[in-house]
This record gives sequence, structure tokens and C-alpha cells, in this order.
Amino acid sequence: MIDFPRMVKVAGTKKDGGIAVLSLAERFPAQPGQFAMLWLPGKGEKPYSFLSENEFGIAPVGEFSNALASLKKGDSVGVRGPYGKGFVIKGRRILLIGGGCGIVPLAFLAKEAKEKGISVTSIAGAKTAKSLSLRSPLASCGSVSCCTDDGSAGRKGFVTNALQDALLLKKYDCVYACGPEKMLRLVAEICAKKNVPCQISMERMMKCGLGICGQCDLDGLLVCRDGPVFEGRELLKKPSFGRSRLAPSGKVTAI
Amino acid sequence: MNPLGVSFCGSRLRNPTVLASGILGITFNQLKRAEDGGAGAVTTKSIGPEERVGNRNPTCVALQHGMLNAMGLPSPGYEAMDDEWRQLKKMKVPVFASIYGASVEDFRRVAAYVAEKKPALIELNVSCPNTAEHGQVFGFEPSVAASVVETVKEVSGRVPVSVKLTPNTYKIVAVARACEEAGADAICAINTVAGMAINIEARKPVLSFKKGGYSGPAIKPIAIRCVYDIYEAVKIPILGVGGVTTGRDAIEMMQAGATAVGIGSGVYYRGPNVFGLVAEEMRCWMHANGVASAKSLIGAAHD
Repeated sequence: MIDFPRMVKVAGTKKDGGIAVLSLAERFPAQPGQFAMLWLPGKGEKPYSFLSENEFGIAPVGEFSNALASLKKGDSVGVRGPYGKGFVIKGRRILLIGGGCGIVPLAFLAKEAKEKGISVTSIAGAKTAKSLSLRSPLASCGSVSCCTDDGSAGRKGFVTNALQDALLLKKYDCVYACGPEKMLRLVAEICAKKNVPCQISMERMMKCGLGICGQCDLDGLLVCRDGPVFEGRELLKKPSFGRSRLAPSGKVTAI
Repeated sequence: MNPLGVSFCGSRLRNPTVLASGILGITFNQLKRAEDGGAGAVTTKSIGPEERVGNRNPTCVALQHGMLNAMGLPSPGYEAMDDEWRQLKKMKVPVFASIYGASVEDFRRVAAYVAEKKPALIELNVSCPNTAEHGQVFGFEPSVAASVVETVKEVSGRVPVSVKLTPNTYKIVAVARACEEAGADAICAINTVAGMAINIEARKPVLSFKKGGYSGPAIKPIAIRCVYDIYEAVKIPILGVGGVTTGRDAIEMMQAGATAVGIGSGVYYRGPNVFGLVAEEMRCWMHANGVASAKSLIGAAHD
């Protein structure tokens, strides 16, 4: 087993709403929901979800992600992965629900599901119309409804309200979600109440990405190796889900 | 009688495998997972005198024959861990508490607090290669290591004290002997081997700390040699650590002189159930080779 970053050429970056799409010159054998550790020498290394076999969706929120988002064609980025367990496609009709950059692995899933002939419905949420991401790739896979905190696009309010309505209107075989953890806990609770299976992609701070350092702990589950995709019911058994996580020091910190 | 059972500093271990410090040991639930995975005992990640975030990523990679890490001793600090200590009472297997400091006084402060929580053992990390001011700087010189042991023994009460040694010194045997003379109840050997890896396309060291600690299968012969030499030099029990991933590795470590066997990188190679797998492989080997008890393996390779 070797888990060492390989330098891969950047094919280009483009803006899509609130995220930057980083395209690489090589494809990886990635499943939707899997991630890779991206390394910029001297700047750091962080986990990012695959958007396709050769793309990542980057929310430029800090120094490192801004550096990634401003890479140019011909630059290099270190990649180790794909890591983790991805989504499992179940049933004939699925509902995707993403908050913020959580839409990235879902857009990858939408494409794979559509190719399998599965009916895909998406709910995408963001703070404002400007920060809504990946609307057109999602729309090419099925119907998309949007929610924004300020009402500047789609419905005003949380994606979880839209989820409740969607589950009343139609029957779905499985719900897939990714986004802020508080939202994910609500999604899991709503799905459990409605008895709809749901798969949730979790985000935690990671260091090794290899299942040994314990940084991404979720009450004994390791998000990097056991996840990042978990069954909603499994997560609801974990007291820290949506409530607390480990800071880089290992200190338990409220979400 | 359980043929795999061993006794280590007064603790009964259901088998000789011990979760090594630094792997999965940040929270109670992670230690519990190692217990569920079959560990005979578990060691916490090293607990420090104050909150410390550790080094920036990349902090860990896996090379062809082993792992290289420079986590840099992240710790919430001993005073922020009361919840974890409360939960640790639910553990069925013994819990060893690893501690570190940047001064002898730090070690005293952390050890005094930790001793009150009554772990099965306190392990002094005088061997981490991944920060400038902690760890192995206390483990290079016999007299320095001995002063840490003496100080901690003043405050540790009935909790036995073990010292985890670095192989990054030609004096490891002398350090072990000095620790024994200073009152140490056990030796843990070895911590990681100082190493480095460069990404040649990036023309940069891969770890942000540049250098790191090398672990996994590649360092097993180094660990076997250290344990073998220390066994000849001291009377206190040895927790043998370094590259153990299979039952055969664990038996080799015990024949070199270890009473119990630490597993760290093995969690990467075989998952959190590595402890139970190793124990079962030991049992099969012992059965096939007519060995009735794991205890009889200890030091068996010595003349």
C-alpha cells in the first residue's frame, strides 16, 4: 500500500456559482462521494470531494482553498486518493439535497444515476443566488429546485423545509445529502420519521485520511475510512452528529 | 487458562496486543474501537501540558514499506479531557496513558493530574521525533531521561511508569538502564525512526514538517534489535513496538524479549480489527508449535 501525493497537471479552473471547478489532466477511478487529499507544497493539504473522475469542486473560503481555486492550466497539484466509501445508488427514483458546497459530490452522483436510467430530483441550497453552484449540470440530470437564505433565488429558507414538502409530494427510494452538519442531522431525522432510507456524506477536519490519526472522529467512526458516506440511521445513533467535532488539537468543539 | 494472557506491570491482558500511542487514541470511542477490535490493552494519544494543534498537513503518508508521519503532538491539553477520563471507566481492557511535555516540570504537572485518573500505566513519551522542543530531546541522554522518570515517580503514586524510547540514538540501551535505575516500571521500545521523504516532481519534502517518524513493516528489524538488546540489559518488562502487523511479527517481538506488543501502523495495514487478527494468528501458531502459553515466548530467542 502506498499513499503518497502524486503531482498532477491542472487542465483549468472555472467558476460555477459559489465554487471553483478544478479540472485535472488525469482521471481517477473515483465513485461519487469519494474524496482525495489535495496538496499544494508549502501551503497545505486538505480533503475535497470528487465532482467527476477528473474534477473537484472547491469552495474558496480560506487561504488554501483560494490558492487551489486560482490554479492555472499547466500548474501542478499533489493528489492522493480516491479515499473513503462513496454513495451506493439504490432504487429507481432518488432525491438529492445539498447545502453550499455539499452539492459537489451530489452533482457527481446525479450524473452517474442518470446514466443508469434513474430518476433524479435535486434540491440545492445556498446563502444567495450568487453562491448557488452547479445548477446547470444538475438540471441536465433531472428537476432542480433551489433555496436561498435571502430568497434571491428559488424559495426563501432552508433546504430541509423543501425536503419535507418533497417527501409529502412523491415517494423516493433513497435520499442523498451533503452539506453543513446541522442540516444533515435534520435531513437524517426527517428521513427516519418518513421511513425513507438516506445516505449522508459527512465532512470533518482530516489529517492522515488513512484511518489512523483519529482527527475525523465521529464517536468512534472515522469519517475518512468508514465514510465519508454513512447511512442516516447509523449517524443518528451518534451523539456528536450535528453537534460537536474535534478541533485540530483533538479538543471536542461544538458545531 | 487463556493461553494468550499476559501480565504487564500488574495489569492482566487478555492477549499481548496493545494499541500503540498516537493511533486512534484521541477519544474514548476510538480506544473502545481498538478494544472491540481485540486489543489486550490500549494507549491514549500522548497528552500534553496545554492545547496544541500539531503540525500543518501533510502530516502522514504511506511509503512503499512503511508510514511516515509528523503529526506534531496535537493534544487538547490534560485539563480539557475530563469527559474522556470519565468515559474511560467503561473500558474493559487496561488503559495506558501516554504523556509528553516540553520540560521536566511539564511532565510532573501532567503526570500528577493523570495519575489521579488511575490509568493502568503512565507512558512517558520521551521519543517523539516530530516537534523541536518535546519528545526525543528527553530520550537521547540517559541522565535526562532518568531525571524525567525520577520526577514523574514522585507524583505517580501507585500507577506504574513506563518510558517509551527512541531508536534515534546509539545510547538506547544505556537510556533504558538509566530509566530502570531511576525507578521506571517498564520500557516501551521503540518510537518511530527519524526519516524523510521527498516528492521528486514537486522537489519538496512531502511532510510540512519536512522530517518525520518512520513506522510500519520496514522498522520491525530495528525494533527487534532494540528490544533484544534492552532485554539483556534490564529486568523490567518491555512493551515491544515497531512494525508488528501479523501474529508471526508479534511472536518474534516476544521472543526478542517483549512481554506485550504494541501495534500502531498495523491499524492502517489491516484496519482496527488488527489486534484480534494478530491474537488469533498467535494462537494458531502456538497451537501448531506446541506452545502452551504466550508467557513462555518472552525472551525465548536469547541464549
